[in-house]
Parts: sequence; C-alpha cells; structure tokens
Amino acid sequence: MAKAKETVSRTLVVALVLSIVFSVVVSTAAVLLRPAQIQNQNLDIKTNILSSAGMLEPGSSAEQIEEAFARFDVRLVDLDTGEFVEPSAVGVQDPMKYDMYKAASDPQMSTNIPSSEDKAGIKRRPNVAKVYTMSENGQINRVVLPIHGYGLWSTLYGFISLEGDLNTIEGLGFYAHAETPGLGGEVDNPRWKRQWVGKEVYNEDRSEPQVRLVKGGVSADAQDKEHKVDALSGATLTSRGVEQLVNYWMGDRGYAPFLQKLREGEV
Amino acid sequence: MADASAKQVLFEPIFSNNPIALQILGICSALAVTTSMNVTLVMCAAVIAVTAFSNLAVSLVRTQIPGSIRIIVQMTIIASLVIVVDQVLKAYAYEISKQLSVFVGLIITNCIVMGRAEGFAMKNGPWLSFLDGVGNGLGYSVLLIFVAFFRELLGAGSLFGVSLMPVVNEGGWYIPNGLLLLPPSAFFIIGLAIWGLRTWKPEQVEEPDYKMSRHVAKEAF
Repeated sequence: MAKAKETVSRTLVVALVLSIVFSVVVSTAAVLLRPAQIQNQNLDIKTNILSSAGMLEPGSSAEQIEEAFARFDVRLVDLDTGEFVEPSAVGVQDPMKYDMYKAASDPQMSTNIPSSEDKAGIKRRPNVAKVYTMSENGQINRVVLPIHGYGLWSTLYGFISLEGDLNTIEGLGFYAHAETPGLGGEVDNPRWKRQWVGKEVYNEDRSEPQVRLVKGGVSADAQDKEHKVDALSGATLTSRGVEQLVNYWMGDRGYAPFLQKLREGEV
Repeated sequence: MADASAKQVLFEPIFSNNPIALQILGICSALAVTTSMNVTLVMCAAVIAVTAFSNLAVSLVRTQIPGSIRIIVQMTIIASLVIVVDQVLKAYAYEISKQLSVFVGLIITNCIVMGRAEGFAMKNGPWLSFLDGVGNGLGYSVLLIFVAFFRELLGAGSLFGVSLMPVVNEGGWYIPNGLLLLPPSAFFIIGLAIWGLRTWKPEQVEEPDYKMSRHVAKEAF
C-alpha cells in the first residue's frame, strides 16, 4: 500500500480526481450564491446614494431602501453638452447597468483631462455620467451626482446631492476611499458631513463653483460662509483633495453644463 | 501526539500552544483585520471554518495522497475552501466582506492552516483532525479578539461599533489614539500578550540561544 501510492500513474490519478472534485465544489458555490451577491452589490450602491442624499433612515431594511430608491430617475448625461442621452448610446438597456468608472478607462468612452485642468487628479473622465434625479409635478427637486478624485493615499468615490435650486448642497458622502483612519478617514464622520448641508456651490451668477475647506472652523460672521466648510483636522491633503474634486465636478469640465441646462429647463 | 485525547487537541492550542503567541504564525492577518470587533469576529469564524474543514478533508484522504504532491494537494483543498468561504461572506455578510476585502482570500496563505494540515491532519484521524482545526482556529481567534478589543476601544472609543467613550470629533471627551487604528500597533499588543502569557505559563519561555560569558578582559588604562 505504502509503495503503491508513490507511482507516477497513481500520482496523476489522485491529482486529477482532486481537481475535478474541488472544481465542482467551487463552481457550485459560485453559481448558487451569485444572485445573492449581485443583489447585495446593487443594494450597496443604492444605500450609498440614499445616504449621501440624507434619505437613509438608520436600520432600513432592503425593501425600504428599494422603495426609497424607486423615487429616483436614473438618467445618463453627456458631460460635454449637458444633455441627457439614451442608454443605447453607451450600449446598455438599463441605465442602472452603465458603469461610468469602467467607461473612464475605455479610450472610446472617455476623454483625457489636460493636467492643468485636472484638479481632481483623475486623469481621464468618462464622456457620459450616470445621475439620479427626483422630480415632483414635473419639477426636479433633487439631483444626486457621482463624484470622485484623489485625496492623500487613494481615490475617493462618493456622491453629492443638490436641492432643486441646483446650488444648495443637501448632502455629501464618500463610499470608498483608503485615507488614514482617524485623520483623513474622518470624511466618513457624520458630524463632519452634516456641515455640508445647506452650503452653496456657486457664486451669485452661477458661473464658478466656490466650495472652500478652511482651517480653524467657519465662524458665523465669516465672509462667504455659505461656501465654506471646516477642513478635517490633521488631514490637510485629504481636505484639499475633497475641495478640489467637488469644485472640479461642479465646474465646466464636470456637471456645470448639465446643471445649467436643467436650470434653464432645456432638458 | 498520536495518542492525544480529543479534549487536549481542542483546548491545548488556546493557551498552552497558541498558534500566534507560541508558534508566532498568522501574524499578518492579525495586524490587518483587528481594527474593529465585528470584522475580527467574522474573520475568526472564517479561519475556524477553513482550518477545521481543511484538516478534516486532508485527514480523510491522507492515506491516498502521494508524498511527492502532498503540499499541492493540501493547497488545493485549502484554496477551494477559502473561495467557498469568500463567496458565502459576499452573499450573506456583504458589508463585512467589503471591509475584510483581500484578507479572506489571504487565509490561503495563513501559515496556521497549512501548518496544521501538514503537521497534524496528515498523521491523525478525521475526527481528531477536525477538532485540532477548530482548536487552532480558536487559539487564533482568542488572540485576535484580544488585540481587536484594545485597538477598537482605545483607537475609536467603541466596541462592536457601539460608542463607549465618546470621541472628541463627535463632541465627546475621549481623544482617540490614532496609532491603534494603524496596523503596526497590533505588534505592540501581540508582544504584550505574549509577555503576559509567558509570565503566566513560564514553561513557554524558550531557552536562550546562547549565554553571555562573564566579562573577564582587563580594561586598558
């Protein structure tokens, strides 16, 4: 017995049987659990959107999240023209299926950002973005826009939510980043995020985004306090990254043409 | 070891022969996944499941495995189990699996799993091997939970995500120790834990490799 199991043919048979048995085990697990995993991923995205719009009740069930999210219209926007495009233009049926971050690495579906304008540090920008709008009586009263950009260590991915005037911030949140825990990682701190609520993105004539993260807090009589948010202490570079990425995405290279069209009621 | 009783096999690894504290294995994941108790507990459950079932599987086929490919066979078994565990977590504990990210996959490289498969399961019956896997998983878990307890409490002022010491950033009084949220801090805590354990059980202290001889040379004046 001890001798017999050391032969070449025996070795091959054992290796073959083992490979077959375990590939069946692994593929069965992968196939059976796939639907639950996809559902989790979708729910996760919806949770992030609702949470940055300040619409997420703590401890909501999956059904409540789906129900709240159903009030949004998912639309695709051409960032250069600021107009809505049909999902078929980017090769999908359901706009929810479009992945703008994947598109950003496809030369056909994205454009290079000249380094002088690349405030967010993202190098390439997708041509088409996925936005979430909510309307009441035909009037848009909330827009949630995906934003991303470089902080200190990592790219921060998040959403910014604007009120119906397309100027007042209703919420901001990042769902993926790898900033230093306790310092830059405090971008997740609910107390810090709450400061953003009610701040205004644009100046009087709506031409230029003006968001600033300032050191030492924003006092009640500060100049331009409607554009200012207290920076994160001990995280100068993360704060600068957040400031730049918000201004980039709210600017001409980001969503400004789209927001302008919305304001004029053209789309 | 051949005549080890079930009880010994199960409980010895927890304090007397702890895989982290005595054998100094599996340190890498002990640094990475111990910032919060919730994440740590899920990681511990995953490691216990993998060590237990890989030991069981290896032990069941131990008489059939040709010596020349035994390490590859063990790796295949362990890797498959890890993938299954990873898939299950993604389906049923999505939030936590996102935080564990690559570290579930890295259970494959956890020296404890492979060490027990080669060192114990190849020589012992399935039931004992299964218990040995559970025991070593528990030994790993005890130390991880110990580390996570201090890291979360002192680094974030909370346990299981429930705030116990309100931190300054949220309007409380506690200034959290940021170092404890970073991986190197686990080295200090593991070191202190090993010190404590060896003070309690002095038989774990290793013989020194060499003894310094007395200083005999005369000083030159």
